[in-house]
Formats: sequence, structure tokens, C-alpha cells
Amino acid sequence: MLAKRIIPCLDVKDGRTVKGVNFVDLRDAGDPVELAWQYSEQGADELVFLDITATHEKRKTTIDLVKAVARQVNIPFTIGGGINEMRDAEILLNSGADKISINSAAVRNPQLIDDLAKAFGTQFVVVAVDTRLVDGKNYVHLRGGRDKTDIETENWIKEAESRGAGEILLTSMDHDGTKNGFDNGLLKKINDTINIPLIASGGAGNQQHFVDTFQQANVDAALAASVFHYGEILIPDLKETLRKNGIVVR
Amino acid sequence: MIGIVNYGAGNIFSLTAALDRIQVEHGMINTQEDFEKYSHIIIPGVGHAGAAMKKLQDTGLVDTILALQKPVLGICVGMQLMTSFSEEGNADMLNIFPVKTLHFDKRIGAKVPHMGWNSVREENNSPLFTDIPDNSYFYFVHSYFIEREESTVAATCSYDLDFAAAFQKNNFYGVQFHPEKSGKFGEQLLLNFSKF
Repeated sequence: MLAKRIIPCLDVKDGRTVKGVNFVDLRDAGDPVELAWQYSEQGADELVFLDITATHEKRKTTIDLVKAVARQVNIPFTIGGGINEMRDAEILLNSGADKISINSAAVRNPQLIDDLAKAFGTQFVVVAVDTRLVDGKNYVHLRGGRDKTDIETENWIKEAESRGAGEILLTSMDHDGTKNGFDNGLLKKINDTINIPLIASGGAGNQQHFVDTFQQANVDAALAASVFHYGEILIPDLKETLRKNGIVVR
Repeated sequence: MIGIVNYGAGNIFSLTAALDRIQVEHGMINTQEDFEKYSHIIIPGVGHAGAAMKKLQDTGLVDTILALQKPVLGICVGMQLMTSFSEEGNADMLNIFPVKTLHFDKRIGAKVPHMGWNSVREENNSPLFTDIPDNSYFYFVHSYFIEREESTVAATCSYDLDFAAAFQKNNFYGVQFHPEKSGKFGEQLLLNFSKF
């Protein structure tokens, strides 16, 4: 059976990971390549790197990072941040990235999804969506949840799918950072309307939260950052808990 | 030494990186003469099978590939090229294996593409899976699948239906998953192939 995926997300700035990590045997917690390798050894199914530098001047650092990860890590990875045009994506593909994630650039220019999917295949295009509840409705937000748009989240995700998104990474900004669990109500509603994989993001605080999102929303993958980086959840333990709850994992 | 057929279908950075990790030497095949330099051949491939077949035909290497006696491994779309026909672009393929490449869509209820880690059941004592436990997980990304045929199937995978995750016939082998992205078992499979 197809396994549910566990995806650690690494924030990268100027080629270094931003959040502190305290794995015992890690020589350099700020080195994204070593951290990535450590996660893959632990049993992570996939990795996401979010480049929060993402300016044109710093692009070369990101490309070097992607190449280094592709050389050393034997699981798939996605890179996001600062991808605004076809050329950005093509360079990352040729540097060894398996997928790219686009967020605001896709909202500003939805045609970019069509173009990327046509040129590189739908499997290469992850559309990341930041959502926040406003007056009882979920709206797409930009700039890490700071800027509200008038686009309803469900409509945007359906549009992204029809334009050729291969996967949706949905982050609930209301849940992100709370450690109170994923937004399973919204995730289930979205998951029931699309036929491409859905990655849950925002709110993971303990192992039960992962069990809940797989059981309640039946998402394909769950992503988290700090609970993994700070060693609060170890991936082998998490996989064991999921297995005990009848969830298929690798 | 492994030669990778360079016909412009997809990025091969990950494949060469995986071969580097297992310390298997490799190079690129661009011309008919290049085949002489290598003991093993890999046909990679990402994207549209019909378009990939067209690109392969444009290289003029098809007849040489069909006549090869060396071990040949097709990966993902590279495997699909070895079938008789693909519904992707309704195109004739190399016809090394008498099976077709079919679309998942409308044949299954599950999401398409089939993306992520799935377990495979080893079949016909395939040497591809030497030192790899049965039912190990490999990383798949595809919307088209290859029919499972009893005498040639090397591993079966289930995704609402059973399909060929790997096949073998004489010196020709194919895997639908991406060994270069499938952790240590993927690397073991590439290492096994390099020793055929």
C-alpha cells in the first residue's frame, strides 16, 4: 500500500538552517545538508527546504545547496521560496531538486502553474497555500500569513489543481506555531474535493496530532518543522506510533 | 562502467549522484560509438512517454539499443519505453516487452499521480532485488502504469490495481520507481544491476 509520508521542513537563510537543532550526533546544526542527511537516515520520507533569503543576489547559495543535497541525500526533496519565473524553476530542476514549491508567485500569476506543469510535468509543481480564517471563511494569505487576499482557499486550490499542480501543501496560519494540532476540518474538506496529494502543515505539537490528521483528514503527507528540529518528536518513534494506529508508513 | 543514454528526457543529476554515492563509475551515451565504452546501460526518463519516445528516435540510437546484449536498465519512463505501446500520446514504444503502458485515470479510484513510497512484492527471483527484503518501499511518481505479465514481472506493486513495478527479459530490465530516490534499497538495486 502507498505509505503516508512524514516531511520535515527546513527553513534556510543564506545557505544555513535558521532554527536551532539539538540532535546529539550532529556536528553542525546549521548545515542544511548534514541535517537533511540525518533526517533521511532517521526515516523521513521526503524533505522540504524553504529558502527565506530568496533574493536574486543570494540565488547562487540556494543552487549550491540544492546540488549538495541532491548529491548526498537519497530521498526526494522540494525547494520553495523565491521562485517567480520559469527560469528559476529550471535551474533548480537541473541542480537536482525533485519538486519546487510556489506560493505567492502562483497567486500573482496563476498561468505560472500551467507553464511549469507543461514544461516539467505536474509531479514537479507543488502549490503551497497559506490560509487563515476570516469571518468564518478561509482566505488565501500571502507573505507568511500577513497579507489577506480576497481569494477563498478552497476555490484557489481547485484552480491550482485544474492548472496542473501536482500536489498541494496547505498551511493553516491559525494553527501554525500553536502546537495544538493540524486543521483537520479544513484539510478533510479540501481533500474531499481534490484528486492530487495533499500535505498537511501547521500545528503539529505531538505524535497524536499526526495520527489525527491521517485518520480524520486522510491527507497523504504531514509536514512539520520545530517538533522535529528541537527533537521533541523523533521520526522513528513517530512512525512506530502511526504503525500502532493502523496507518501505513515506510 | 555504466553508460547513461542521454536523449534529453528529464534531468539526470539525481541518478548520477546516486551512482557516485555507491561508487559506480558512469558516463554519457550520445552516439552509437559511445555504447562500446560501457558494460551496462541505463535509459532514464521523466515526463511524457510519447515525447520521450520521439526524442529517443531523433537520436538515431533505437536500433543499437534493440540489438544490445549488455545489461540494460530502464528507469520510470525509461522502463515504459521498453513496452509495446503507451496510452500517453498513444505512441508505439520499443516493444521489447509485450505489455502496454496504461493510464491510471478512470481505472482506479485513488489519486493520480501515484506519488510516494509504496511496497513491492518481488517475483521470479529477480536479481535486481538481491539483498533487498521482500515488500520493501520504493519511491514512485507516475500517472501511467505497466501491465503485469506473469513471465516477465520482477516485482508487483498495488495501487488499487496490480501493476509491474519491475520487469526483466534476457538482458533487459526496467523499474517503474526511482531507485536513485528510494533510500538505501534503491541504491542497493542500482549496485545489484551494476554487477550483472
